[in-house]
Amino acid sequence: MSSSKQPASTSFKAPDSSRLQLDEQGRLRHFLTTDGLSKDILTEIMDVAESFSSVGQQAVKKVPVLRGKTIVNLFFENSTRTRTTFDLAAKRLSADVINLNIATSATSKGESILDTIRNLEAMQADMFVVRHSASGAAHFIANNVEPHVSVINAGDGSHAHPTQAMLDMFTIRREKKVFSSLKVAIIGDILHSRVARSQIHALNTLGAKEVRVIAPKTLLPSDTDSLGVHVYNDLATGLDDVDVIIMLRLQRERMGSALLPSEHEYFECFGLTEEKLAYAKPDVMVMHPGPINRGVEMDAAVADGPHSVILQQVTNGIAIRMAVMTLALGQAKGAEQ
Amino acid sequence: MNILIKNGHVIDPANEYNDVLDVYISNSKIQSVGKQPVGFDAQQTIDATNQLVMPGFIDLNASLREPGYEHKAVIASETKAAVSAGYTSVCCLPDTQPVLDSASVVQLILDRAESADYSKVLPLGALTVSLEGHTLSEMYALKKAGCVALSQAPNNNINAQVLRRALQYASTHDLLVILKPEDVLVKDAGCVHDGSVSSRLGLSGIPVAAETIAIAQIIELAEETAARVHLTGISSARAVSLLARAQLNNVTITADVHAHQLHLTELDVGTFDANYHTSPPLRSADDKDALIAGVAKGVFVVSSGHQPHDVEAKQAPFPSTEPGISSLETVLPLMLELVDDGLLSLSQMVNCLAYAPAQLLGLETGCLSAQAPADICIVDPNKTWQVNAENWLSRGMNTPYLGHQMKGKVTHTLVNGRIIVEK
Repeated sequence: MSSSKQPASTSFKAPDSSRLQLDEQGRLRHFLTTDGLSKDILTEIMDVAESFSSVGQQAVKKVPVLRGKTIVNLFFENSTRTRTTFDLAAKRLSADVINLNIATSATSKGESILDTIRNLEAMQADMFVVRHSASGAAHFIANNVEPHVSVINAGDGSHAHPTQAMLDMFTIRREKKVFSSLKVAIIGDILHSRVARSQIHALNTLGAKEVRVIAPKTLLPSDTDSLGVHVYNDLATGLDDVDVIIMLRLQRERMGSALLPSEHEYFECFGLTEEKLAYAKPDVMVMHPGPINRGVEMDAAVADGPHSVILQQVTNGIAIRMAVMTLALGQAKGAEQ
Repeated sequence: MNILIKNGHVIDPANEYNDVLDVYISNSKIQSVGKQPVGFDAQQTIDATNQLVMPGFIDLNASLREPGYEHKAVIASETKAAVSAGYTSVCCLPDTQPVLDSASVVQLILDRAESADYSKVLPLGALTVSLEGHTLSEMYALKKAGCVALSQAPNNNINAQVLRRALQYASTHDLLVILKPEDVLVKDAGCVHDGSVSSRLGLSGIPVAAETIAIAQIIELAEETAARVHLTGISSARAVSLLARAQLNNVTITADVHAHQLHLTELDVGTFDANYHTSPPLRSADDKDALIAGVAKGVFVVSSGHQPHDVEAKQAPFPSTEPGISSLETVLPLMLELVDDGLLSLSQMVNCLAYAPAQLLGLETGCLSAQAPADICIVDPNKTWQVNAENWLSRGMNTPYLGHQMKGKVTHTLVNGRIIVEK
């Protein structure tokens, strides 16, 4: 019987998302997930970020790359930190920025996401930076915007947070130069972490030697191996010989939903201390997407210690967001001049 | 009126017909199959050469949305879709607004179905008041008003003690109880199968245990109460083996699977395609294979799980969309595909879609026996058609098969000996 009629069940349709993210010339149009994007694209994002990284040191911290463009920060979920870095990145590129906190705006009055998008498009927005508590929200919006509008995912549910992952890749590259020799361990709540998923895909695409996740079984997805990682349930063995440690934030509500007994026990098993750092390579770098729960995910001594690059991550975050905005709006040539 | 259906390939597992035979109908009933009754004078003849002649299908699980959700669908639109797809009877779930928990709502539904005049509608009364899982519904009144069975579907928000008593009381009135096996606590906020796709997309997973825990509990209660219980919408391999074991132990429990679960898997969700957001979720390829094997072995029958939606219901980020497929019109081609693939015989297909459901509900239909109501569908198994807005009848366009080529199309449907569909 005709096989054309049955939806293909043989392989995962991940390439769909790269098709949605790239324009006909194969250039970045939306940035929704690192999953399915090529090494060239991810490298280009870091290269452009490198060219922007000096802007913050100038007396006038602005370049005219996106002058005349309108960028809407559309936050359906509260966030101060991420929204501020997107806001700053857009302003440094001379774009006009509108910050909309939808958590307290129209959709709580019953307006649908699509209606909100249509209204903002009617105001000639060029880009939406979207954060939403539902996985797939950025894909949904990207599938429904006008052809000239770009969508940047600033975090959707537990699915993806690609700019966070790319600023982490950028920070690793600046510190370690190449990915091919690196063993990277991601520690914590993998199950609910959009950051971890985006990091895992980026690290594998960029050719990291080994990606590990370390977590209790309650905080791991059911089929973690299929993401292309090695799974450890024990910090000591998981940290053995690693070059990079990425800690994830632990949300308080995990205790309420019977995923963990207590912060105290979590810290004892999975918290990073100077003593546990010794299992890793001597020149290991320690990262955290912030904000840190000191004494839950890691010791203050580690967070503020010589291995920590946590504040560099924040600085790099602005350059990466400038790069992604510039590439998605097709202005990268102007940026290099 | 006397109708002769000539030269068709008659498939009727109840009477073991599987051959080219003529079917004689008069006064709304089947007169005979094969042999011309004495003095039979056909006023109308349907030439069914190269076509399949089968008892009309009986669906055990469809939401018709009326009353209360007319923006999604109405009884007239959905029974028209049903009858054009070979269904002569459709059981409607009690998930209406108001809930189908009183005789007046039963009467309203039966009136609407009668004035629409497409397929028959068989109401499933709510097992508990407002489907809230606390107070038993007036089951005897519902039965008297015309309910063929009771159901808690599409929910399973009922604790074991209330369910135990509901089963005891339903069996007092000899009523079949149709349950959707789903432990709501284990399901939690899950919206897809707990597997590789949920892991990758960061969607909350529904573990297989959400289904099997509920099934194990229902099997125990069915055994203890000796009530007649039917599980609707089985989705996993482990559910298949639990059921097979219970049937070996002579527990009176039956089940059905939605036809699309025999074709689709979690991988079809792709990148957040809400048309594949279903309840129960699409599971793994191994689960799908076990379900097909279960149907072939006769462990359970096939239902549509028809859930028509308005466009807005699927226009949101994946977890916020409403689950369900508008599926009545794709069941037949999907089943014929399994037959073409050699996984099922035509007799087994008709048994799953017509005879076994009729037996479960205690209906005279589902077969072509003499004096049975003439509920018949005639199908051209080789006719191809495309799923598109033009030839789709359900008001719900929420089908993952939009744009796909289907093979197998109903040419005639007769309900009580009247030709309702003729193409």
